[in-house]
Amino acid sequence: MLHTVNKSPFEKNSLDTCLRLAKPGSAILLIEDGVYAAMRGSQAQEKINDAMNQHKLYALGLDLKSRGLDNGKILEGIEIVDYDGFVRLAAENDSVQSWL
Amino acid sequence: MVTEGPYTHQASDTAYNFTKAALNQGHEIYRVFFYHDGVNNGTRLTTPPQDDRNIVDRWSELAQQHDLDMVVCVAAAQRRGIVDADEAKRNSKDVDNIAPGFRISGLGQLIEMGIQSDRTMVFGD
Amino acid sequence: MEEAAQTSGVVKRFMYVNRHAPYGTVYALEGLEVVLIGAAFDQDVSMAFIDDGVFQLIKGQDTKDTGMKNFSPTYRALGDYDVNKLYVEKESLEARGLSESDLMELTWEDEDDDWAEKPSIHIVDKNKLADLLAEQDVVLNF
Repeated sequence: MLHTVNKSPFEKNSLDTCLRLAKPGSAILLIEDGVYAAMRGSQAQEKINDAMNQHKLYALGLDLKSRGLDNGKILEGIEIVDYDGFVRLAAENDSVQSWL
Repeated sequence: MVTEGPYTHQASDTAYNFTKAALNQGHEIYRVFFYHDGVNNGTRLTTPPQDDRNIVDRWSELAQQHDLDMVVCVAAAQRRGIVDADEAKRNSKDVDNIAPGFRISGLGQLIEMGIQSDRTMVFGD
Repeated sequence: MEEAAQTSGVVKRFMYVNRHAPYGTVYALEGLEVVLIGAAFDQDVSMAFIDDGVFQLIKGQDTKDTGMKNFSPTYRALGDYDVNKLYVEKESLEARGLSESDLMELTWEDEDDDWAEKPSIHIVDKNKLADLLAEQDVVLNF
């Protein structure tokens, strides 16, 4: 299953709920304000690093760029994708769950 | 399914960009269904600033280019004042405001969309 | 319904995920409207109540004098529409200090079991809910 998270982890609990309910081996894509979870050095860092042990994590490049989060500011291990990648992830996974 | 209106949330932008990318990759978009405040993407009365994207118009243009079926839920539209000519007549409104490329229909269209499509996506808040 | 007839034969697993409390936003009410309309399509339907979505099922809701419609009675009709798999996440309930006894008693009548009345609400833990979620064909979020 592809899970998307579009909320900042500091604004809402959507990322926490996603991580609680995503079966191991899921693909998790951070989009919109959800990309803030990909930042190095924030309080969300530990949970994101833990998540990477069980899931494959992605972040939408255009949303990172809009928010001034360049590669140097993002946690290692998160794959940056464009909208083509987003579409591919949706096609490759059986279904999509949007954590809003 | 798009569940938020233009500008207030990024949902409509993300949905539009995703739809465009999917079409470019050769996927078929069965339907775009607008629900909750998403129905507000279907008014032709917006006048956004000149230096910003015109969210309503670009949906209309995309629909025209690719023959997309863009449905605005009738119940949600009635609550929020998105009206086509039939609805205006039926509910005694003095004007209609639906944008080109959008049509008003029932929630059944959303369920049917889920049944007929290989993937269903939700873009919202 | 014409559409229901056209799609007959295909049965998909639809899950309606509810994460919002009632009244503060419209998502719970309009989400419920989708479930009721969707019932005509004979799909394999379930609902999930997660995070603040569990608040939708609290008993004793009274909106008198607020001007808002109390739509909690509508949940009681779900059983009649063959929507009888209401999964409530145990962790979400516990985080909010709630238990099953705080929730409405929602039931359905099983025609395959002599119309025996059975509970529609199923409290499930996060692991079970994760399994259920991963099994779905279509997930709609309200």
